[in-house]
Amino acid sequence: MIWDWDYTFEILPVLAQAAIVTIEATAIGFVIALVLGLFLAILRMSGPKTGWCVSVFIECIRSTPLLIQIFFLYFVFPSFGITLDAFVAGVIALGLHYGCYCAEVYRAGLEGVHRGQWEACTALNLSSLTTFKNIILPQAIPPIVPVLGNYLVALFKETPLLSAIAVMEMMQTAKILGSETFRYTEPITLVGIAFLIMSLVSAALIRIVERRLNLRSAK
Amino acid sequence: MGTFSLSVMLVGAVITLAALATSHTFSVFFPGLLEGAWLTVQIAVCGSLLAVVMGTVSGLAKLYGPRPLRWLAVTYIEIFRGTSALVQLFWLFFALPLFGISLEPFTVAVLGLGLNVGAYGAEVVRGAVQSVSRSQWEATIALNMTRLQALRRIILPQAFIAMIPPWGNLFIELLKSTALVSLITLSDLAFKAQEMNQTTMRTIPIFTLVLLMYLVMSLCITIGMKRLEKTAAKGMPRGRSV
Amino acid sequence: MTMAAAEQLAPQQPMVRFENVSKRYGNLVVLDDLNLEVSRGEKVAIIGPSGSGKTTVLRMLMTLERIDGGVIWVDGEPMTHMMQGGQMVPAAQKHLRRVRSKIGMVFQHFNLFPHMTALQNCIEAPITVLKMSRKEAEARATELLGMVGLADKKGHYPAQLSGGQQQRVAIARALAMRPKVMLFDEVTSALDPELVGEVLHVIRQLGAEHDLTMLMVTHQMGFAKEFADRVCFFYQGKIAEQGAPQELFGAPKNDRTKQFLRAVLESG
Ligand SMILES: Nc1ncnc2c1ncn2[C@@H]1O[C@H](COP(=O)(O)OP(=O)(O)OP(=O)(O)O)[C@@H](O)[C@H]1O
Ligand SMILES: [Mg+2]
Repeated sequence: MIWDWDYTFEILPVLAQAAIVTIEATAIGFVIALVLGLFLAILRMSGPKTGWCVSVFIECIRSTPLLIQIFFLYFVFPSFGITLDAFVAGVIALGLHYGCYCAEVYRAGLEGVHRGQWEACTALNLSSLTTFKNIILPQAIPPIVPVLGNYLVALFKETPLLSAIAVMEMMQTAKILGSETFRYTEPITLVGIAFLIMSLVSAALIRIVERRLNLRSAK
Repeated sequence: MGTFSLSVMLVGAVITLAALATSHTFSVFFPGLLEGAWLTVQIAVCGSLLAVVMGTVSGLAKLYGPRPLRWLAVTYIEIFRGTSALVQLFWLFFALPLFGISLEPFTVAVLGLGLNVGAYGAEVVRGAVQSVSRSQWEATIALNMTRLQALRRIILPQAFIAMIPPWGNLFIELLKSTALVSLITLSDLAFKAQEMNQTTMRTIPIFTLVLLMYLVMSLCITIGMKRLEKTAAKGMPRGRSV
Repeated sequence: MTMAAAEQLAPQQPMVRFENVSKRYGNLVVLDDLNLEVSRGEKVAIIGPSGSGKTTVLRMLMTLERIDGGVIWVDGEPMTHMMQGGQMVPAAQKHLRRVRSKIGMVFQHFNLFPHMTALQNCIEAPITVLKMSRKEAEARATELLGMVGLADKKGHYPAQLSGGQQQRVAIARALAMRPKVMLFDEVTSALDPELVGEVLHVIRQLGAEHDLTMLMVTHQMGFAKEFADRVCFFYQGKIAEQGAPQELFGAPKNDRTKQFLRAVLESG
């Protein structure tokens, strides 16, 4: 028989357990990406020289495979005497990789805020920090929320890579289940379906958020 | 980044690689890694070709196809965009044989990555065709052209120019995804790196070389696509249609 | 009326005839039971306030918009409809394309093909649609570009030309298809004031040298007065008044026309 339903129901709870790890990795990785991205974006716009160095760094990270970066972090830290848990190394790699994508998104958002806003704040004698925090960022963020949302989904879809360093997320769990029973069809298909459902749902959510934001800015 | 900065990076990366090739610490790893890099290039090139074909066909089918074809295209696009590349590779590699279809790992790699990126490409093609302004269609009607003539001679050539930058990004994504094939037993660059790492535990030199090699390949794609865009967009105003 | 009868009548038929044509967008009635005849070689200027349906008339004639009622006739045969078993039925694509080949249009925003040079813009349709040889098409396009004063700009892309030059290329491109009727929709509105003259000059020349029927929507009252054989004033989807330019501009009868002309004179 091609599809074994009994087996399917047997492994479903195990995979559901693993889905929690996947979601945790996604959430923590994305928070790192958001913070790091903002930091990189600000650095990048802080001066021509630093800016260039930061762009080169971003370009390098974006041009090389996430999988290699995961391996690198996982294997390099021990040679400095720091042993990282596979989950931690993997999540840092995810955050680093997507932080570089987010940096570009923030930059576009920040550059989209009209220059006159800075000038108006100077005229009101606001400090740079206050201006940035209270005036510029609140204007820059809403238009980029959907783009960031897309990267969240992209990051989520890359979490199976953590299976390469044996993090027990969904893919790794599916592989182990498969190797135990020599039935790969059910676990891998289920993982695929889980991803499909979560991706479609998040895509729909992003569209709703986008519409809300459009409505608000249209007012 | 501008083409100049990118070129500077490329030259820098190549010089560093060349310098490391002569250094004793690094040079032992070179031949093995180059072998892996060659397989990576092969997979990337074949996968990209498949992606372009799939992207164009399904993108146009979604826009202009008769209803059943349109549904087929939409299903393909949603499934391959909605699940992740590694899941697709594993499925083709582990699950498909149980349906009686066993493919060579290389075929699985090209098929998996090509189909995955092709689904994203379909949206690129669709977006680019739709970005050509309606008034261009109207001009073709006023000149009594058929829809097919208009699409082939007027709309697609303009869409093609708009497609170049996003396709460039997709080719980079595909190149980066080739590292996943190391997980289905193909000895590409990523596989060689891990293999050497396990036997020698010299993580830093090995992964430095590997990252540099990927960087060189990516930069070649980025710079190549920028030049292609420049040639194709000769005489065209940037970012708006007349 | 049968097809044979229609063809027999052709020589006396007007070049273009709108017969009870109406057009709606949702609930908005844009054109209401329009009747308009244009004879062969006649030059008709269409004026009227914004939103009165002027553009819509031309776009329907160019088949860019479907009509909701009535029939449009071109050169003695129905364009929007065709005869089938002695009955008028909505036209098939093939019929539409055959009749449409008699009409050319110049757009307000030029709509040149940005990825093609001026010459390529002018030979594209003659080659693909009229199946002309490349050589013949190029010879004719060169001649037309010469006529609009752009012989030396053949190899330029639209983005490398001024607005006035682009619009003249667009005129040459339309002429290359040898239309019998030419439609101009505010072809000078998108131009800087100093470039308007060169385009109007080309149109004037066309009128003098070619046996073309022309319909033009324009805001250039001076040009309409001097160039047109007849002026139609549109108001809320209807022709409120029409007549020879001297009459309509000199002694308008309709209050709306008076109001409109006064407003136009004041502003410009
Ligand atoms: N695609 C459309 N959908 C809905 N309404 C439309 C559309 N095109 C035109 N209209 C409406 O039809 C009416 C007539 O439009 P039209 O463009 O023919 O006016 P016009 O006389 O050419 O005006 P203008 O001098 O401003 O060019 C207008 O009220 C316009 O809002
Ligand atoms: Mg108009």
